[in-house]
Amino acid sequence: MKVPLSWLREFAAIPEKISAEAIDQAFVSIGFEVESIVPQGVDLIGPLVVARVESIEELKEHKKPIRYVGLDCGEGTLRFVICGAQNFAVGDLVVAALPGAVLPGNFAISARETYGKISNGMICSARELGISDEHAGIIVLPEGVASIGADAISLLEINDLIIDVAINPDRGYALSIRGLAREIAASLKVSYTDPALLVDPKKYEINKKGVTAKIEDASAASVMYLRTISDFNVSAKTPLWMSRRIEKCGMRSISLAVDITNYVMLELGQPLHAFDSAKIDGGLQIRRAGSEKTFTTLDGQVRKLSPEDLMVADSQRSMALAGTMGGLDSEVTASTTSIALEAVRFNPMDVAKNSRRHKLSSEASRRLERAVDPSLAEIASARGVDLMVELGGAKHLGTSVDGTPIFPAPLEFDPGYVRELLGADISDHIVKEKLEVVGATVVATTIPWTITPPTWRPDLLTGPDVVEEVARMVGYDAIPSHLPIGKAGAALSPFQSRKRTVAQSLAVQGFSETYNYPFISQAMIDSLGFVGDRAKAFRLANPMSEEFPLLRTHLLPGLLQAAVRNQSRGFKDVALFEIGSVFRDTVQLPKVPAIPTDKRPTPANLDLIYSSVPGQPVQVAGLVLGKLSPKNWSASGVEYTWSDAIGAAARIIEETGNTYEIVASDFAPWHPGRCAELRVDGKAVAHAGELHPRVISALGLPDRSCSFVVVLSALPYVATLRAPQIWTMPAASQDISLIVDSGTRSLDVESALRSGAGDLLESITLFDRYEKAGEGKVSLAFTMVFRASDRTLTAEEVTGYREAAGAKAIEICKAQIRS
Amino acid sequence: MSLSVKDLQKAADEALSAIEGAPDLDALKQVKIEFIGDKSALAKASQSLGTLPQDERAEFGKVVGAQRSKVSSAFEARLLVLEAERDERALVEERVDVTLPGRKILKGGLHPLTILTNEISDLFIGLGYRVAEGPELESEWLNFDALNIPADHPARTMQDTFFVEPLDARLVMRTHTSPVQVRTMLENQPPIYVICPGRTYRADELDATHTPVFSQVEGLVVDRGITMADLKGTLDHFARAMFGPEVKTRLRPSFFPFTEPSAEVDFFFNGRWIEWGGCGMVNQKVLRSAGIDTDIYSGFAFGMGLERTLMVRHGITDMHDIVEGDLRFSQAFGLGAK
Repeated sequence: MKVPLSWLREFAAIPEKISAEAIDQAFVSIGFEVESIVPQGVDLIGPLVVARVESIEELKEHKKPIRYVGLDCGEGTLRFVICGAQNFAVGDLVVAALPGAVLPGNFAISARETYGKISNGMICSARELGISDEHAGIIVLPEGVASIGADAISLLEINDLIIDVAINPDRGYALSIRGLAREIAASLKVSYTDPALLVDPKKYEINKKGVTAKIEDASAASVMYLRTISDFNVSAKTPLWMSRRIEKCGMRSISLAVDITNYVMLELGQPLHAFDSAKIDGGLQIRRAGSEKTFTTLDGQVRKLSPEDLMVADSQRSMALAGTMGGLDSEVTASTTSIALEAVRFNPMDVAKNSRRHKLSSEASRRLERAVDPSLAEIASARGVDLMVELGGAKHLGTSVDGTPIFPAPLEFDPGYVRELLGADISDHIVKEKLEVVGATVVATTIPWTITPPTWRPDLLTGPDVVEEVARMVGYDAIPSHLPIGKAGAALSPFQSRKRTVAQSLAVQGFSETYNYPFISQAMIDSLGFVGDRAKAFRLANPMSEEFPLLRTHLLPGLLQAAVRNQSRGFKDVALFEIGSVFRDTVQLPKVPAIPTDKRPTPANLDLIYSSVPGQPVQVAGLVLGKLSPKNWSASGVEYTWSDAIGAAARIIEETGNTYEIVASDFAPWHPGRCAELRVDGKAVAHAGELHPRVISALGLPDRSCSFVVVLSALPYVATLRAPQIWTMPAASQDISLIVDSGTRSLDVESALRSGAGDLLESITLFDRYEKAGEGKVSLAFTMVFRASDRTLTAEEVTGYREAAGAKAIEICKAQIRS
Repeated sequence: MSLSVKDLQKAADEALSAIEGAPDLDALKQVKIEFIGDKSALAKASQSLGTLPQDERAEFGKVVGAQRSKVSSAFEARLLVLEAERDERALVEERVDVTLPGRKILKGGLHPLTILTNEISDLFIGLGYRVAEGPELESEWLNFDALNIPADHPARTMQDTFFVEPLDARLVMRTHTSPVQVRTMLENQPPIYVICPGRTYRADELDATHTPVFSQVEGLVVDRGITMADLKGTLDHFARAMFGPEVKTRLRPSFFPFTEPSAEVDFFFNGRWIEWGGCGMVNQKVLRSAGIDTDIYSGFAFGMGLERTLMVRHGITDMHDIVEGDLRFSQAFGLGAK
């Protein structure tokens, strides 16, 4: 809320000399964030004077209408200025900046030639003076407000500090001068006068002479005041002091009747609504919209009503969307002489729902939905009548009331709880003092104390609520700093440790980690050829962009987009990875009803909550474009191939201590002839290889781009590793070359060799693969290393093992030994 | 044939001068053949000892031995010198430009959010906290209801929260990692000491300081006698670890539905106060909805954005750099080694 320091001073004895920093600090220390403090008028230098328009010459030869205006600035002779505004007439009082003046934005005023005339000053708009955003025309002052030539800077109270305070949702009372003056007075430890106590509401007789008030739906409001006035002077203007305060609070001055309702709302925090009582048929009542279909608000919008909408209505029809906005038909107009002034303590929830359903947040609804002091309906409506009588010559006709205000209930409180919860040594005496500062009544004769919260604090319900008030007023700085130590045995979980190791390993292998948005499109699913579970994406009800309304079912779409972005930024060799959750809509989710929160959910409800959340597997995916060993001064670089991708996936599985088998796969979006599926315990856990050429070309990525994906959360945890036997006798190595059909899988050949080579085989490595070994044939050459634990193997022994291995390859794989 | 002592002396002197004069190893090899080898004068003198009479043999033998040893030592010494010269020459010839870029594969790197998460996890593990994680697509009850955020709270509108269809399953993209706190309380008895890092979602447009997908770390402690002083001490410790030992923190009163009292925590860094996160004593309603006895236990909780922490600490000025996956960004952070 924007408030001028000058208005706060009316009720809080803020020191005469106070810096903006000190005000900021005073608000911040008690929990009010200050969005901005604008020293209005610092960039404005006079002379700025009140002037009377004596003559207007319309200059028509220009693109827009221009006036050459003769002004009486109290200087004895007329001063002529050029003016582009049209909203004034001869005889009006205006504000003139004279040569030598400097307006905000370092705009120096001087006598100069323009539009073929000498302009000897300027008639100012509110925006040009930096005092409001109003720029529809220049300022026209009410008649008699000041003498000609008077200083307009002081007249308009321009020099002021405008403080914009952010109000937390639990502090509705602070959306008012009354509330913020109380707070800053408490923070600065200066005296405070409650403006509500300056009003005498009892002087207005409660009778049936005016419009009657009725709360039809008791759940929607506790108390309703309706005060009817007559003989309102339609020509009375808003006094300058009032319009200036309204403007300083960021609102616009409209008409005296409306300005009075806004002024009282700003001052006390209670929204008022002024109905033209001549347009009311019977009394006013608070009720639901029911079967009413539409309602036209005073902004001219036709609103579709929900039966639940809360309305203020006369006997015939709705007159206001309760607490939110009045109706077009019952609005006060320039000819209104009798007014029904309404003040209601609505149920905040109902106003919030009205406001949300109609996407209509007004100054009134913002206050009412945060709960307004229930005592204010009576007081603020009386304050409104006071002002209408004083400024508009009105007469009070009668006041009608329905309901009674419901005040916050007293609570029992042990002052020791302050020390217990804060860990700060704050005496009972201070606790009592601070609670009284915030307006509570404290009966401290016995422990527990009885605390009656002030009428404007419906949020003070429990011990911690009370402790916060004390802490806030003592200052959070008074709380000491103590470091508690948790429980022994804290460590990363096995899965956290796994993620960390895998990420580090990939980074060492040249991959850069990315965090991609998990929002994808149906087009991506289609173009990557995802089917089955990977096509079952959850849909966001309210996506950021209609293009990406789905949750990712796989990490590749995000990585591919990041790769495209990198490529477009000029990077040819790109290796990226991501570790993250994927989301698949594969099981029927239960419908979850409202489940109470006042205690732990029942086991059945807890089951329901947990089972309503689908499992979200964690994947790690890598993507390589170009070379992982880039071209440099000594070498032309090494292309990253399908085989590297398979190797990387395999390495991740190995790191977790698991063993895997590989089968050929045609899994999308990989190349159907260059995709490996890696299985652990017979279950597919990873896919790796070259991406499908169609996918690559659709995205404009380099040919032969490769990727891998491993479902990290699907990899089993392996029991504590048994260390290998490290045999130290010399090793003997034997090479064997085999010719097999080109369709034969190398893995099968290797397995056959292993099965024949015997127990002393330590390792086997495919060191050569030659494709031109005859029609439909391929040559595979392996090195087998043998070692015994207790002796040096003889040449005869290892030759025998090699031949035995070869025999198995011949038997199982129909291999030929190549000599 | 036999040589006189004088001849012997002369032969040795010639040998010594040839050794000294040998310019390189090849020449020295020739010198060896000529002056030390089997056919050299000194070798022959040695061979001829047997032919001398008994009485001369010993004395002459001594002289021959002395001269041969002198020559042989001189040879060894010269050999060492010439070998050293040869090696040195070869090494000089093999010199390379070591400022040429070393052979490396593409530089990889962890995303700095990962590095930061690891750092924070390790810090709190050191304080006896577990690291708790939970699903990003989360139950509305755990994300909102259990945290005292009522059904009509503004945070629950579609402007702020991503809702997931079908709506009657009441699933949202979690708006904070607080549902992990709730899960932790539902699944464990106090004392509870956890931090909850993870990805979170709010329907903000991406700009220099906002992103709809961001990361948080939250902390939760529930134990006997936990006070706001404990919260303050923990945040002080955390802030110093993040921003250096000189950093100052302050708590400002604030409002959150799930804490009471509530505070914002700021830190003073590079000459200004920077908002870091929210915190407070866990609202008793939240403890009760997880079945924790508020007569026995109290707790504190805090939460901050990792992006904000990262941006301030590393001078990142644009959120786009964090979310776009440009490889230069992660590469710059490498593995995050100190």
